[in-house]
Amino acid sequence: MAHQIIATSRSATGIPTGRLAVWWVVASEIFIFGGLIAAYLLNRFLHGSWAQEAAATSTLIGGINTFWLLTSSWFVVIAHHYSEQKNAKKTRQFLWLTILLGGFFMGFKFVEYYKEITHGMTLFTNNFWSFYYTATGLHGFHVLCGMVIMAIIAEGDIKNERNWHRVENIGIYWHFVDIVWIFLFPLLYIAK
Amino acid sequence: MLEKLLPAASTYAKEIDWLFDFITYLVGFWFFLAIGVFFYLVFRYRRKPEEKAQYITGETHKQKMAIEVPHYLILVCDLAILIFTFVVWHQVKIDKPPAEDEVRIVAQQWAWTFYHSGADGLLGTDDDIAKVNELHVKADTVYHYTLQSPDVMHSFSVPVFRLKQDAIPGRDITGWFEPNLQGEWDIQCAEMCGVAHGIMGARIFVKSEEDHAAWIAANSPPAQSANLIAQNTENDSQAQEDNTNG
Amino acid sequence: MAEVATADVAHDDHHHEHEESFWSKYVFSTDHKIIGFQYMFTGIAMALIGGYFAYVFRMQLAFPGSSVPFFGLVSPAAYNSLVTNHGTIMIFWVAMPVLIAAMGNFLIPLMIGCDDMVFPRVNRLSYQIFLLSAIVLIASFFVPGGGFGGAWTAYPPLSAMAKYNATPFGAPMWLIAVTLEIVAFLLGGINFITTVMNARAKGMRMYDIPIVIWMIVIASMLFMASVGPLVAGAVMLLFDQTLGTTFFDASAGGDPVLWQHLFWFFGHPEVYVVLLPAMGIVAEVMCTFARKKLFAYKMILYATIGLGILSFFVWAHHQFISGVDPRAAYLFTTTTLLISIPVAIMLFAYIATLYGGSIQFTTAMLFALSFLAEFLIGGVTGIWLGSSGVDIYLHDTYFVLAHFHYTFFPIAIIGTYTAIYYWFPKMFGRKMNETWGKIHFWGTIISFNCIFIPLFVLGAAGQHRRIYNYQHFPDLAGADMQDMRVFATISLVVMLLFQIPFIINFIVSLKYGEKADKNPWKANTLEWVAPSPPPHGNFPDGFPEVYRGPYEFAHPDREDDYWPQNEPGNQKPKT
Repeated sequence: MAHQIIATSRSATGIPTGRLAVWWVVASEIFIFGGLIAAYLLNRFLHGSWAQEAAATSTLIGGINTFWLLTSSWFVVIAHHYSEQKNAKKTRQFLWLTILLGGFFMGFKFVEYYKEITHGMTLFTNNFWSFYYTATGLHGFHVLCGMVIMAIIAEGDIKNERNWHRVENIGIYWHFVDIVWIFLFPLLYIAK
Repeated sequence: MLEKLLPAASTYAKEIDWLFDFITYLVGFWFFLAIGVFFYLVFRYRRKPEEKAQYITGETHKQKMAIEVPHYLILVCDLAILIFTFVVWHQVKIDKPPAEDEVRIVAQQWAWTFYHSGADGLLGTDDDIAKVNELHVKADTVYHYTLQSPDVMHSFSVPVFRLKQDAIPGRDITGWFEPNLQGEWDIQCAEMCGVAHGIMGARIFVKSEEDHAAWIAANSPPAQSANLIAQNTENDSQAQEDNTNG
Repeated sequence: MAEVATADVAHDDHHHEHEESFWSKYVFSTDHKIIGFQYMFTGIAMALIGGYFAYVFRMQLAFPGSSVPFFGLVSPAAYNSLVTNHGTIMIFWVAMPVLIAAMGNFLIPLMIGCDDMVFPRVNRLSYQIFLLSAIVLIASFFVPGGGFGGAWTAYPPLSAMAKYNATPFGAPMWLIAVTLEIVAFLLGGINFITTVMNARAKGMRMYDIPIVIWMIVIASMLFMASVGPLVAGAVMLLFDQTLGTTFFDASAGGDPVLWQHLFWFFGHPEVYVVLLPAMGIVAEVMCTFARKKLFAYKMILYATIGLGILSFFVWAHHQFISGVDPRAAYLFTTTTLLISIPVAIMLFAYIATLYGGSIQFTTAMLFALSFLAEFLIGGVTGIWLGSSGVDIYLHDTYFVLAHFHYTFFPIAIIGTYTAIYYWFPKMFGRKMNETWGKIHFWGTIISFNCIFIPLFVLGAAGQHRRIYNYQHFPDLAGADMQDMRVFATISLVVMLLFQIPFIINFIVSLKYGEKADKNPWKANTLEWVAPSPPPHGNFPDGFPEVYRGPYEFAHPDREDDYWPQNEPGNQKPKT
């Protein structure tokens, strides 16, 4: 639209609108993942036999993936730090490092899926594995979305030295995705 | 109030009816009071050209009391309803008197099968009587029922008993009733269960002790046929499970 | 009147945007008003479909087995599908889009003195997803097997397996449509909340926000918090339906009752999600036409927030007899009865607002008043159902059905009409015809009560819901009961016919209605500062600043009986 919208520039709360919206997105996502995790926990308490199923998950790969995600969260913090200094080169560099670690996470995830599926543990084996694939799949989808958005911000905005605030916004989202994993990892991999 | 619409044929029907009436009087009082005040205000303060509206914020303590006082009164009414609800709920759904007879109810798409205990008063014996869409019970006897479903959710509803209970596949749900009025009434399925949910009805026959004994004598199967029925149902549910897994 | 002149000038200015094509102006517009209209007209179109469904199944109940005019014979499967989709449409595709999305979109920027939503393109995306969801739902009626017929609650295993529900395509499409609709409203809700938090006019503090805006924001938050678990559940159910997982299949270790919890955890707050905007609309209209300040604004606001929080702890009152632990009923009966307290506070405050007023009976005011009276019936009948002891008997009977129609009809239909009659001048720059409006009002309200009062009696007599022909049940096939069904059906047809004057009035008024100036009702809120209809950008004379609360009617310091929020007065501007 030719019209310049002034609504976006207002800030009655003092919090920039974009960041506020990201917080609300995170809030609504918390309820979605919260519902899924609560449903899983209800089932888990009813079925003691799921402990054996959980033993078949690879704690090693899960642990390494936890490491990738936590490190990537650190990188996105550094990217935010440089974005506040309006250092486009460094910001882009650390955004891409974050994406790279996200890629590692996804790569390990695919290896893990491949191993499990070839060992006969598919979405349909039983409800533990249904939950496992649904929860990690939904989480993986969020990682993938975060990577794509981050790439767009790095190449579309930061390269052209504009919309610096978006680095912080994607950072909030990325931390959220990270925290979801912090919940999923013990519930699906460690608790046996 | 409900008895004007349909008979009360179980012991706890009277209690539920009483609770219904109790709520009706309490709620009715508040409803007519509120609606009366509402219509009075609408009529009294209709627009008159010479009168300007009053400036009332509703923020002063005195004005707030106009809302707070009725709301405390409503809280008291709520508590009264709660107490009597708990009493009724406890009697109907939690406190089961000891069983004098048993019945197993299997709800499936779209029929009811009732396994009567037969002459020995015990389920799972050779003289069980299986009837489709007919439940025969003896008046003034405490029945325990076990409700099962092999396929989807159903709900066992006997309006004259004021009894309703959902059937959940994979679970045995138990409850009780004690008929105290003889007659013949409807059983309905009260949970949407598929295409023919609308015709998933059955009849309940509440009979005197002698009539019920006569019905048992006339319907008791020879030992073998009872086995056959039991086996058939098992095969059916087996086939159902095979379908599920396939 | 200088105001009128500027309004006209602005009105002409509006036509300057001719360079824009029809498509970019009305279809792919990011203007909040256009998106609001898109939601409104889509919602009204869906309401016509939902009303038509109601007509077909009511005719089947009144005259079972005979061919229904404009439909034909109603098969059991068709009946189930009609009932299911009537409920789904009226809640997800009528109440939600019209009350929250249409009114939220149209009113929020205008009432907080802003030019648009903070995310106009997200707003447009939200409508497009919503439209897609409506198309998927309508398409589901025409696929092999027909539309989904497992009730709007979609309890598995019936909804999860085609071998049980016999709608292999209808059921997943129904679920996909509902999920898309939810996504659309999550996007819209985030936009609403953020806009109100950040884009308010200068000087507009928390308690200067019109109550309808508060209500829409609180409703959006309730929706966001309640629907999350259902989204997770919908994904699981969709996997069960299409891929063959067994999340809800008891025979494979799943738990069908889990869906009921996820559904009702959303389902009960959802009632308040649609109730609150309607309550807000009614408050605006009542204050304007009673020339009264809203009684105890803060108390209403806090009661609303309390209502919202409490609504998360009542869901299992839909499941008293569903086989969950019977002891849970003690807890949920208590919370359910407690929820009568905030609702009673709100209704009492509304009634108290009338005290000392100067009530003008415009059509909008009549609808607003009838909302209170009808919703009161809906509210009090909930007490019988919230009491678990009586609910054993009344659960899933027509008593429940009549109860929630007495809540949802005031919310979705009366609330919508209140809003349309009141804001029509602002939306389209002309007034609707009052005479025809009143004919429409009385015809609708009287026939509405004639439909549902007999259904209370039928429900108390043990008639269950979702049964396509009561002639199969000897206890329910009596002539007196059938007479009540026929009476309800005839009332429904009468009510539907009385909507024709509204539609004609609406269309004719668009073109030939009496021209409205900026502030035809002499109201205080900021939307009446903008020209009617507001041009793109809303406030061509500069954005308003706010100096006082939204309901300063009949203030003793003023000659006029109203005091617009933006008018500098003896109070200093508050910042």
